[in-house]
Amino acid sequence: MFARGLKPLSIASVVLIVGAFALVFFYAPNDADQGFVQKIFYLHVPVAIVALLGFVAGGVFGIRYLRTGDRSHDLRSYVAIHISLILAVAALVTGSIWARAAWGQWWVWDEPTLVSFLIVFLLYACYQPLRFSIEDPERQARTAAVFAIVAGAFVPLNFMAVRLAESLVHPRVLSATGGSMPGEMRLTFLVALVGMAVLFVTLWKYELTSKQASMQLRALKRALADEDDSWVPTRRSAAPQQL
Amino acid sequence: MPALPLDDAGPYVAAAYLVFLGLILVYVAIMAAKLARIARELGELTEIVDRRSAARRERADEEEAVPR
Repeated sequence: MFARGLKPLSIASVVLIVGAFALVFFYAPNDADQGFVQKIFYLHVPVAIVALLGFVAGGVFGIRYLRTGDRSHDLRSYVAIHISLILAVAALVTGSIWARAAWGQWWVWDEPTLVSFLIVFLLYACYQPLRFSIEDPERQARTAAVFAIVAGAFVPLNFMAVRLAESLVHPRVLSATGGSMPGEMRLTFLVALVGMAVLFVTLWKYELTSKQASMQLRALKRALADEDDSWVPTRRSAAPQQL
Repeated sequence: MPALPLDDAGPYVAAAYLVFLGLILVYVAIMAAKLARIARELGELTEIVDRRSAARRERADEEEAVPR
């Protein structure tokens, strides 16, 4: 069900990410202001954007689950949030490294962009413990969907609030006027962004396929156990256990 | 803000890209471990099914061999 198109997606991910990194180091010019350290931008910003979009996608799948009751949407939402959390960690760490190199500090607490991203990350860090705390699968899926929708709506609101706030040191890259990146930089950034988005979709599909295989295996075990008249205990998990 | 000389900026840029690659590699390693577990469990289940089928065939053969 989820494995379709995985091979071309995997190839596209590798080609785009390797291509983007090649563009970063061999094509895009050094930034006149920050110099070589600005190369982190091509990694940090796409990772952060894709992580935030992944959180929103988790909310969209949450809505679809509540509307249809189809468990596969709950699984899609869970996996999207799971992978976005990993990317959010990457965005926080790479951002922190960039901050240390450019501003001389690992973290700036009065910068709205940084703090708001941390708040979004911490909000979603509650998602898995929330799921794990609910044993009944139906209730677990419903509560997780509501959480994903509310938190997913918080992401664009948060983004807009940050845009309205006065930035102290964090640059505004994407603006209504198209920013001020020269052509080579913009092309490199766009390739990196598309590459990151394709990588996200690939990892998402990998995880979905793996989860589905585990579920089918469990179902097979249960069926065999029924024949044996013995009982196979099901492990409590934050992840959806059946479709 | 003055541009950092390459000597100073290099380790930071390398660290950022290595962190990302490291995270992806760890994720892929975890996925590989999961896949290995699924393959092992699938092998065990296949063995159980094979054993059962063999036992069923044996029983059927014995029943056929018993004179009526």
